[in-house]
Amino acid sequence: MENSFILAVYVDNTVGVLTRVTAMFTRRGFNIDALTVGETERSEYSRITISMAGDKYVREQMINQLKKLEVVKKVEVLDDAPIKRELMLIKVKNEAANRADIMTAVDVYRASVIDYSTEGMCIEVTGNPSKIDAFVKLMQPFGILEMCRTGIVALDRGTTTLLNK
Amino acid sequence: MILNGAQILVETLIEQGVTDVFGYPGGQVINIYDALYEYKDKINHVLTAHEQGASHAADGYSRATGKVGVCIATSGPGATNLVTGIATAMLDSIPLVAITGNVPNSLIGKDSFQEIDITGVTMPITKHNFFVKKIEDLAPTLRQAFSIAKSGRPGPVLVDIPKDVQVGKCEFTAQGVVEKKPLPKVKEERIDEAVKLINEASRPYIYVGGGAAGLGMGKEIVAFAEKIDAAIGCSFMGLSAVPQESERFLGMQGMHGHYASSMSQNEADLILAIGVRFSDRATGNVSKFAKKSKIVQLDPDSAEINKNVHVDLGLVGDIYDSFKRISEKCVEKSNPAWLDRVRELKQEELAFEAEIAAADGAPLTPKQVFDIINEEKLPASVITTDVGQHQMWTAQYVQFDKARRWVSSGGLGTMGFGLGAAMGAYVATKDPTILITGDGSFGMNLNELATAVTYKMPIVIVLMNNGVLGMVRQWQTLFFGKRYSNTVLERKTDFVKLAQAFGAEGYLAETPIEFRKAFQKAVKANGPVVIDVRIDKDEFVLPMLPPGGAIDDIITKVK
Repeated sequence: MENSFILAVYVDNTVGVLTRVTAMFTRRGFNIDALTVGETERSEYSRITISMAGDKYVREQMINQLKKLEVVKKVEVLDDAPIKRELMLIKVKNEAANRADIMTAVDVYRASVIDYSTEGMCIEVTGNPSKIDAFVKLMQPFGILEMCRTGIVALDRGTTTLLNK
Repeated sequence: MILNGAQILVETLIEQGVTDVFGYPGGQVINIYDALYEYKDKINHVLTAHEQGASHAADGYSRATGKVGVCIATSGPGATNLVTGIATAMLDSIPLVAITGNVPNSLIGKDSFQEIDITGVTMPITKHNFFVKKIEDLAPTLRQAFSIAKSGRPGPVLVDIPKDVQVGKCEFTAQGVVEKKPLPKVKEERIDEAVKLINEASRPYIYVGGGAAGLGMGKEIVAFAEKIDAAIGCSFMGLSAVPQESERFLGMQGMHGHYASSMSQNEADLILAIGVRFSDRATGNVSKFAKKSKIVQLDPDSAEINKNVHVDLGLVGDIYDSFKRISEKCVEKSNPAWLDRVRELKQEELAFEAEIAAADGAPLTPKQVFDIINEEKLPASVITTDVGQHQMWTAQYVQFDKARRWVSSGGLGTMGFGLGAAMGAYVATKDPTILITGDGSFGMNLNELATAVTYKMPIVIVLMNNGVLGMVRQWQTLFFGKRYSNTVLERKTDFVKLAQAFGAEGYLAETPIEFRKAFQKAVKANGPVVIDVRIDKDEFVLPMLPPGGAIDDIITKVK
């Protein structure tokens, strides 16, 4: 059965690591939905967050193949309900007739306007990917000029950490 | 002491116990070759005719001994010429360290003369690779390369060293040989689960693969098979891992495996798989593979569990340790009905083999060639092959008398592997070395004859010459309506004269008597000998499971 899941991967913080990881996905035919990478609490490691869908076979192969890469230090599937966040910058048309509706949406979604002109505005939204999806849908009628999403970052709830899991 | 990078490289190789390396000089490794000149009393460099030959030689060296093989090439084309050899080692889990030179750091990324991103090129075909940016990193990186190559599931590692790092100077202190990282031991309750499954079985089959080939556990496997009254079979890579004189040993299974071995595996109710990866060539259609059987798999690589075939129990860790603990805990069993069935299958196999032999009217048949090789080869001979029909006949017919005597490209199926690999195996063991090849494969890298002559390597080259690309032709006969597209060679090469031109000896053999005489002379020669063995172009490798087919589709005769 296909299920969405999130993998958190600790990797060496060195040149070419992301290439090694993504090249393995291509080679083994894994399709991923999103991937983010960034620094961690330990400078020698980076953390890659991968969201993807697949059955048990895909999930196990993905984990085992990742573990075989020398640059990978730890791989874990996050719990069913981890804390997930994504950030989006979205540029929309600022037409006078729509301005009030856009500002209401910004308010309700606890987003913020970070650039403003009489022609357009740029809005920053943070939250669960589903919240971001909903905000995009809401903005569509007003005219989306450009948008950019970071992909998911995620942590398990509680005091568990990847390295002590 | 303060040394330059090239000296540090050679010192580190010596420190890691390397006594022989294979390679070819060039612009960006001149400094390394200068250091090799300086250290020539401590490290033997074999100059091959082509970098590909050096990579296969390092591979053959490793297969025959278990040591890490080392090859050296210059940047650009030198490095890319190693690629097929590295990929060959990767697919068969052979520990190699490939050293390449590169342009200096200041010229990297500028499309400089003979610059290639070889770490990028080899990323998918190495276990890991390194680009050494600073001389301070050189010795630690090389030590790590050896550790990675031989630990866990072994594999090739490439270390790319730019010219300025070879020239730069740095403090060096020799250290000890890096040890393999110990593999985890399987938990006792998992061992008990395996024991329970084996104790419950009445038709057990022990399936031995390349992962067991180097562990020297052949006699223990036979003793365990006797204890639980099991049959033994092996994968292509598992040949020479188990002593063949045991009547329980049924030989290789799979696409061109022995009939009795494949059939018994299909009828077994328990398969104990030791260091195998269930390649498509071994299983055929996985959805129909060994359906009546529970499978217990021992492997160092967790990614091999459930990758190709779903197993009932996968024990990841030290294969030998798991096997020993399982074999001690299992109860003695007697399975007379199973052994009778296995013998019956063996009789069927002998019967159709005899039928094929009787129908073959050729003056010299492959079976006759291998009977003579088995009778006349010297003890402890290393058997190397290229790829194709001759390789499968070798796998089926040759009798091995020692572990690590089987040197053949399994996973990648590299035509042109054999001569380089034979040179490496000979340098490593100094034991009698036989290359069985075909006219197609031999044509790919026969330039290495020059190397074998120069270094007086007494390699017996049995060239099974049928004038066609036999294995592809066999598929064309069976599955493509005899449309022999580009498999009829029609070359005019005189292999006897060719051998002589290289400074080797060459004999022609068209009958069993001629072949026996030629082979007897060849095993006593002081340098390489090519025996041009003429066989018919329509000999078949049988039995055959068609690609993607199941055991019921087995082909045992061709009309």
